[in-house]
Amino acid sequence: MATLKQLALKKDLLAPGHRLCAGCTEPTIVRQILLASDKPVVVANSTGCLEVSTTVYPYTSWRISYIHNAFENAAATASGIEAAIRALKRKGLLEKDFNVVVFAGDGGTYDIGLQSLSGALERGHRFVYVCLDNEAYMNTGIQRSSATPKYAWTTTTPVGKVQAGKREPKKDLTMFAVAHNVPYVATASPSHFMDLIRKAEKAFAVEGPAVLNVIAPCPRGWRHPTEMGIKIARLAVETGVWPLYEVENGKYRFTYRPRELKPVEEWLKAQGRFRHLFKPGNEHLIDEIKNFVNYKLKMLEALEKATQEI
Amino acid sequence: MAQAQIMNLTGNQAVAYAMKQINPDVVPAYPITPQTPIVEEFATFVANGVVETELVRVESEHSAMSSAIGSAAAGARTMTATSSQGLALMWEELYIASGLRLPIVLINVNRALSAPINIHCDHSDAMGARDSGWIMIFNENAQEAYDTTICAVKIAEDKRVFLPVMINYDGFTISHSIDRVEVLDDTTVREFVGSYNPPYNMLEKPITVGPFDSLGGFYYEFKKAQSDAIERSLSVIQEVYDQYAAISGRHYHHLESENIENADIVFIIMGSLTGSVREKVNQYRSQGIKAGLIKVRTFRPFPGDQLAQMVAGTKLLVVFDRANSPGAEFAPLASDVAASLFKAGKVMPIINVIYGLGGRDLELDEIDEVLNFSLKVLSGDKKPRKIWISLKGKEVE
Repeated sequence: MATLKQLALKKDLLAPGHRLCAGCTEPTIVRQILLASDKPVVVANSTGCLEVSTTVYPYTSWRISYIHNAFENAAATASGIEAAIRALKRKGLLEKDFNVVVFAGDGGTYDIGLQSLSGALERGHRFVYVCLDNEAYMNTGIQRSSATPKYAWTTTTPVGKVQAGKREPKKDLTMFAVAHNVPYVATASPSHFMDLIRKAEKAFAVEGPAVLNVIAPCPRGWRHPTEMGIKIARLAVETGVWPLYEVENGKYRFTYRPRELKPVEEWLKAQGRFRHLFKPGNEHLIDEIKNFVNYKLKMLEALEKATQEI
Repeated sequence: MAQAQIMNLTGNQAVAYAMKQINPDVVPAYPITPQTPIVEEFATFVANGVVETELVRVESEHSAMSSAIGSAAAGARTMTATSSQGLALMWEELYIASGLRLPIVLINVNRALSAPINIHCDHSDAMGARDSGWIMIFNENAQEAYDTTICAVKIAEDKRVFLPVMINYDGFTISHSIDRVEVLDDTTVREFVGSYNPPYNMLEKPITVGPFDSLGGFYYEFKKAQSDAIERSLSVIQEVYDQYAAISGRHYHHLESENIENADIVFIIMGSLTGSVREKVNQYRSQGIKAGLIKVRTFRPFPGDQLAQMVAGTKLLVVFDRANSPGAEFAPLASDVAASLFKAGKVMPIINVIYGLGGRDLELDEIDEVLNFSLKVLSGDKKPRKIWISLKGKEVE
């Protein structure tokens, strides 16, 4: 495993000068993950913020091969690239080895790209799928996705007189990926960068599909100051809202546990999208969120214990 | 000319055999009736190591075309096959394949589109993809399907073209019927298609494929370049057919005509039912009726100039469409025929015959009904229009 010093000497594969928003955490995550690859990388990117901001023709921010196909099919596109690599090698037409990486948002993963992802995972292609989870359709202006947490404000789940925010809990994509029995699945956060890079290294090393679900705070959509992105990501981990764990060959393991969990309110308070929850009379909604966080953590603890014993 | 072997093959087997000989790098495919036997047959070639192809058994047709795009962009020779709803599900990706100028070859076994769900032949699936920028070729029989599959690889990958090609043939009538097919030997086919050397590929050096074109960008110029390419392909397709004739003895053309000299009425059709119309046209000629036939093989790019020239001395055109364009004056083939005439400054009555939707048979005596209607139009007793034949309980509607 590379040390931080060694990584700092590597060339960034995503060039500066892209047009992502100030404070966006996506380029940080992308650069960190790409640093972990010791082979040439081919990127397949679904439609979204990262795509529109890094490939404005005739410019490109990518120093590696990159393809944008459409919104819902980055995993299928990567399947084709991986199949091409296999076939060309078999025929003796290609010598170099590659890492194939998908970057897709939560809309392109949890929602419209779910089938494509499921198919590619089940077929066992050797690729790394990275979901940049900013918990809504940010590229089109903050509309809810199935990754949006319960009660969060978005432009399609506004805070009105009879409804306040999203009414359904967040889908668990990480568990969905685990259900495909792939060799490696992990959650990660840009705030815990060595944890993220270590997981990316593991993901690149496995013979088969790997999924990294990475929380990606969005100042525009989460309603927080631009300089707060990494801190917000850290809060998600420290409050237990976004536990850092991995599932390696079916075995669950927490890769980081806060010594003491911070109150979930700290995570909620830091973001304008949850502001309505702090109005008098909404205490029970916050309690519900806290219970959900607690339930997920307890379930993971049980799974860690159970799968380590198998 | 190479040594030919005669085999008894269904249309699908003939195409799978051509694919075996081509030995493409990647085939992402999803089964759908009536295309399924192609994938099954090809999977057997893969399982027996007869081909070196990577067969990606995707979970949908959308993913089939999405994978094909990834694979072709990575520099791999890529083929796939589908029908009907499958082609409809690919629709978004068809535009991306042609827009990215990826020379993918797609076999589309023609089948009706739902609803009502119907697994039998018509051309509505292909017509839904009419404007997607693909080269579209229609085939009359298994032999044509086999030959065109081989030619398509060379057409798609020609540097003057670099566009995807869709090969069409009629579901069940061609796909599942055993036919006499002359096949070439593997070496001849492999030498004919040659190796695939794309000018750009993602595995050779870092490139960005599918960039974002913002307002004030180059979308318009890309679309013009793409349009120029499909127009250029008209001569390239014929070049490839000419070269193919030298190895196979079978010489194809965009339009294939019979009995059109001095013809008063010319029937225009695509696909397997050309045979029925041919039979009747020959009979009409023997009866002294001046009828002729044009079979359209290349539908996109449409060989309009050639067509207008061919029918220059004709009085009436009868265009058979195995698809409708609801609410339009004419169905797709007749629309193109009319536009070709108009462009050439010719005015001529056109009867547009809608036939065979959802696999409805076209009986020989129904072609007689069309002829009778046509003769009435020629004598001025009836006006030319869109007519539906073979409707239950009705004569010509």
